[in-house]
Amino acid sequence: MVKLLKTIFLWDLLQGLWVTFRNQNPKYICTEQYPSERPKVAERYRGAPRLNINPENGETLCIACNLCALACPENLIVVGSARNEETRRKELSYFTYDTSRCMFCGLCEDACPVDALELTQDFELASYTRDGAIWDRQMLEEGPKPSKYLS
Amino acid sequence: MAQSTFLDANELVLNMGPQHPSTHGVLRVILKLDGETVTGTECVIGYLHRGVEKIAENRTYIQFAPYVDRMDYVAAVSNGLGYCLAIEKLLNIEAPPRAQAVRVILTELNRITSHLLWLGTHALDIGAITPVFYCFRDREEALKIFENYCGARLTTHAFRIGGLQYEVYDGFEQEVRAFCDMFIPKVDEYEELLTNNRIWVNRLKGVGVLSGEECKEYGVTGPVLRASGVKWDLRKAQPYSGYEQYDFEIPTAQNGDTYDRYTVRMEEMRQSVRIMRQAVDKIPSGPIMAKMSKVVKPPVGEAYVSIEAPKGELGYYVVSDNSTQPYRVRVRPPSFVNLQALDRMVRGGLIADVVAIIGTLDIVLGEVDR
Repeated sequence: MVKLLKTIFLWDLLQGLWVTFRNQNPKYICTEQYPSERPKVAERYRGAPRLNINPENGETLCIACNLCALACPENLIVVGSARNEETRRKELSYFTYDTSRCMFCGLCEDACPVDALELTQDFELASYTRDGAIWDRQMLEEGPKPSKYLS
Repeated sequence: MAQSTFLDANELVLNMGPQHPSTHGVLRVILKLDGETVTGTECVIGYLHRGVEKIAENRTYIQFAPYVDRMDYVAAVSNGLGYCLAIEKLLNIEAPPRAQAVRVILTELNRITSHLLWLGTHALDIGAITPVFYCFRDREEALKIFENYCGARLTTHAFRIGGLQYEVYDGFEQEVRAFCDMFIPKVDEYEELLTNNRIWVNRLKGVGVLSGEECKEYGVTGPVLRASGVKWDLRKAQPYSGYEQYDFEIPTAQNGDTYDRYTVRMEEMRQSVRIMRQAVDKIPSGPIMAKMSKVVKPPVGEAYVSIEAPKGELGYYVVSDNSTQPYRVRVRPPSFVNLQALDRMVRGGLIADVVAIIGTLDIVLGEVDR
């Protein structure tokens, strides 16, 4: 009898509708208004790469050890080094990073012994062309420049 | 007999996919129809083939780890765990207890995210639009834990061979506990929406029945097998990563139809929360990385390790020739094996049931094609 009444009065559908009604509560709203409201990504987020510089003297922290290039599964890092005859030390001459092939696995970052190469929190890497996807040393050191949107 | 024209033929061949919204990716199914009854199917796969197993032969053991995440991309953590366990077996090392506990928490969390994505899209295929929003909303909470832990949400690369790369962040335990507390009422909410809903029940009950014997013949594993009444879960049958310490049930159902697979998966999410609660309460302290050399160079040999991924038995077979690169990596993906039961399940059903059955198999084409 109860079952019949439940069937006639569409009890199961009303039950579902009550769930959707409950979820109208504004405290359940979780939409992010993306371009105007920028999401805060995690501290460990693996985004655009950056080559850190020593903030005191502006020199690169990279010691050109080539470990990141060896660790990379896609072989997209190229490290060039030259021997400085005055100090008799190996110095970084060029550094390229192909962001178009990068899968942001973080292995280069883990391999770096001096914390020079770092994957930053910038996530906006989409672009209309492939030009400029290979980042050179200057671009890596300056770091990504997040786009600004008018809000 | 005169050559029959298509007008005489009572069989209609219909192409479904690879760009069909309800084939969950790029699966192409060629349906042979008699009216609206399906008399046979043929699956065409390979649209997402990337040659992952071949890539493995050209990468070092450590370098290949990010690629396994890209096979079953909705359950990347489970894939990573299976691969790491296989290499650890080759190297004859074991991850420290702390690493194992964190691994269990993250894989169970990943099971929930995978099942949530399945539930949302499956309900969407059947015609219930609301659950997908709720599922994605709650999945977001789990993905935030992944993001905070390892810096990526989907292709996580969370585990390394021998343990973990990242120590848990401050507040990890609290966040996992908060997720557990938040999530159980949400499962009840999904059940309230769907379990008794007459459209849902009528569309799913008795559709795509697969008996336990047939499941075994096809090699089908995971929730599809358990819904047919076979109590088989690799976490219990051959515990790995410390699963023997945790107390949980294997949810099963008897009929083996699409509705039972739904109830089994819902119950599995509850059991995952149960495991996570136990694991997070007793994360042992200690190192997170086993003592091993930086260069992974296993001795000559082979290893097969299978784990219970959200979709079924996920196996990794690795052959080593004592170099830094694997000689061969073979993956036994659950989706690929489960997909072959599709023909058996849809035969005699209607076209609308094909959509429900593809949904209930919970396939990920990245894993089917590899």
